[in-house]
Amino acid sequence: MAAKRVALVTGVSRDLGARFARSLAAEHQVEVIGIDVIPPRHDLGTAEFVRADIRNPVISKVIAARGVDTVVHLAMVATPGSAGGRSSMKEINVIGTMQLLAACQKAETFRKLVVQSSISVYGASPRDPAKFTEDMSARAQPRTGFGKDSLEIESYVRGLARRRPDVIVTTLRLANLMGAGVDSHVTRYLSLPIVPRVMGFDARLQFLHPSDAVAAMLVPTHNDVPGTFNVAAADIVTLSQALRRMGRPAIGVPQPAAPLVATLVRQARLIDFSADQIDALTYGRAMDTSRFAAATGFVPKFSSVAALEEFVSAAKPGLLSPERVDSALAAVSRVLSAATVRGG
Amino acid sequence: MADAKIIQLGSHGAAGRGSRTSPSASARRLAPPQAARKGQAHDDAPPAAPRARRRTARPRPSPEAHEPSTPPEPDPTFGTEDVPAAPAFSALLSQLLGLASQALGSLKSLPITQVREFAVDPVHALVSVAQTLGVDWDGSLEETAAFIRTRLRGDYAVDEFGFDPELTTRIYLPVLRRLADSWFRVEVRGAENLPVDGSALLVSNHAGTLPLDGMILHTVVYDEIDRHVRMLGADLIFKTPYSNDLARKTGTTLACQEDAERLLASNQLVAVFPEGFKGLGKPYADRYKLQRFGRGGFVSAAIRAQVPIIPTAIVGSEEIYPLIAKVPALARALGVPYFPITPLFPWFGVLGMIPLPSKWIIEFGEAITTDELGPGAAEDPMIVFNITDQVRETIQQTLYRLLMQRRSAFF
Repeated sequence: MAAKRVALVTGVSRDLGARFARSLAAEHQVEVIGIDVIPPRHDLGTAEFVRADIRNPVISKVIAARGVDTVVHLAMVATPGSAGGRSSMKEINVIGTMQLLAACQKAETFRKLVVQSSISVYGASPRDPAKFTEDMSARAQPRTGFGKDSLEIESYVRGLARRRPDVIVTTLRLANLMGAGVDSHVTRYLSLPIVPRVMGFDARLQFLHPSDAVAAMLVPTHNDVPGTFNVAAADIVTLSQALRRMGRPAIGVPQPAAPLVATLVRQARLIDFSADQIDALTYGRAMDTSRFAAATGFVPKFSSVAALEEFVSAAKPGLLSPERVDSALAAVSRVLSAATVRGG
Repeated sequence: MADAKIIQLGSHGAAGRGSRTSPSASARRLAPPQAARKGQAHDDAPPAAPRARRRTARPRPSPEAHEPSTPPEPDPTFGTEDVPAAPAFSALLSQLLGLASQALGSLKSLPITQVREFAVDPVHALVSVAQTLGVDWDGSLEETAAFIRTRLRGDYAVDEFGFDPELTTRIYLPVLRRLADSWFRVEVRGAENLPVDGSALLVSNHAGTLPLDGMILHTVVYDEIDRHVRMLGADLIFKTPYSNDLARKTGTTLACQEDAERLLASNQLVAVFPEGFKGLGKPYADRYKLQRFGRGGFVSAAIRAQVPIIPTAIVGSEEIYPLIAKVPALARALGVPYFPITPLFPWFGVLGMIPLPSKWIIEFGEAITTDELGPGAAEDPMIVFNITDQVRETIQQTLYRLLMQRRSAFF
């Protein structure tokens, strides 16, 4: 009997990890082991959950004991608050990846690695091209925050690919997730009652629906597509468009004051920002996704606009959302018509 | 005769604050009745006249004027009259009340249906009010209202560069069209050299302190062949607030190899100003002398994409803001390539930023084809330099020819 493939998925307590583990487990030829430090709140389907920390050498025992051949690394933390501080975030992202890859490198059965990376590796600056291809590097190297972590993760992944040439390594740089119920710094930012934004800039945002993200990550898990790929919806949405669709009034903040405002917003525990994310919401950035489409034929089902639209329909309507404006106008006209009736 | 002294004060003086010798209007009112005064005036007739004359000669009232006019023991019955502001204030109050009640009355007679219409559809109402005020909307009332509504909903498309064709066509270009037609009176030559389809690279001279020439070029080309020109701009444009927003929305993107190739590969008409800030910020004395044409990056992009290069000469842009000096120290402090001193700026502030109404001529030259060179030629510096020089020379010669033909800078 052809041995059943065994896949190890990290970070399954989070929404994306759980969705991925569930989808992968639903396919019968794969046995899925989900790993995280906290028990999953989401349904993992037929996937098996192992409570373990990837920063702990016990992970290599799991890999060896279960004969894991595919590792899907999704345990990245994009914002410091959710990890309990910047140093803890770095610990999880960078040290966690190092430990996991070290464990993988020793494993005999290990054949394939799929790593989730991020659009943050491209940084954001006024000198950016309109769309980044995989061969381009950041014009302004991200020196802090998630961007830097992503760069370091990718460099460790490249190191593993060098040392284990027999392993097929795929790195997917995902755009910001957007869709109903997505909780990220971008969705929290767009959901503020009044949104502070940098004056005079209209960032280009590119999104990816979680279902497309899962589908995109399933592709290299099943097929062999070594390399680094951008994964995102092809179109872009500007920040002002997104705010108008959300019905959120915005207030302009002069660019030099933006970090201060971000700090205040962070301290008020409204959103969790890292410094490089302010630049992304100022200058905007987008990725060219043609390489992944050419290599795998994968086309996202949701465009950025459609993903945003889904998020808007599930989110709390903003102060200026069409429904609120319409109901306010209806109320005014009711009052007025009542007045005319009374007035004769 | 204590009375007599007071009577003296009631002279023929004009109403006013009074002076050392004449009482104020209120003091005169304190004087005893006319009869008594008459009798006294009769007695003192001769000295009254010189007093009056003195008054006309010395009309300036002195601050101590009130002292002699104040009666030693004020009569309590005069109390109300002693405050002249009181009746004025009450009158004002009653006037205000009258106005308010009038306003309330007119509110009652307000066409309530119109107010209700406004509440039902404010956008439409505002658009129609603007039309009655003389705003010339491009389309019909309904269309304009629908346009504004989709804008407010964020329901419009932008391309991957952030270009917003709807906004550009409906707001940006009409404004610039007025500027191009009425202010600069742009004359277009060689429009037949503009390609109706397929991509091409327009290469133009750059001048005028502010990049108005790019905006006017966009307008002119759109009016000639109904195509948007996609500009390539320096990174300063994208670093600067508002300039970034405007540039991205009107189709400008960063002047880099990647973006140029991406645009040319997607059948766009691309315009580039290879002189960059060297051309834009050159002193007025160097007008119409082309600066170095970058490193020829635009030529290699055109060769790689195998698109024709259309040399474009713009005459008139040099005179809009004649640059006298650049104040490098101030420019460094502000982080801009130069701080312009023109005959009007910064002396006249915002008014100094109004461009001078020079007469513009834009000539599109014959296309320089690159498709027979083969894609490998982009890597050959000699070919790239030769084509760069050819483009530069063509534009320079066209500029000289147009300048010879132009009667004056402003007519």
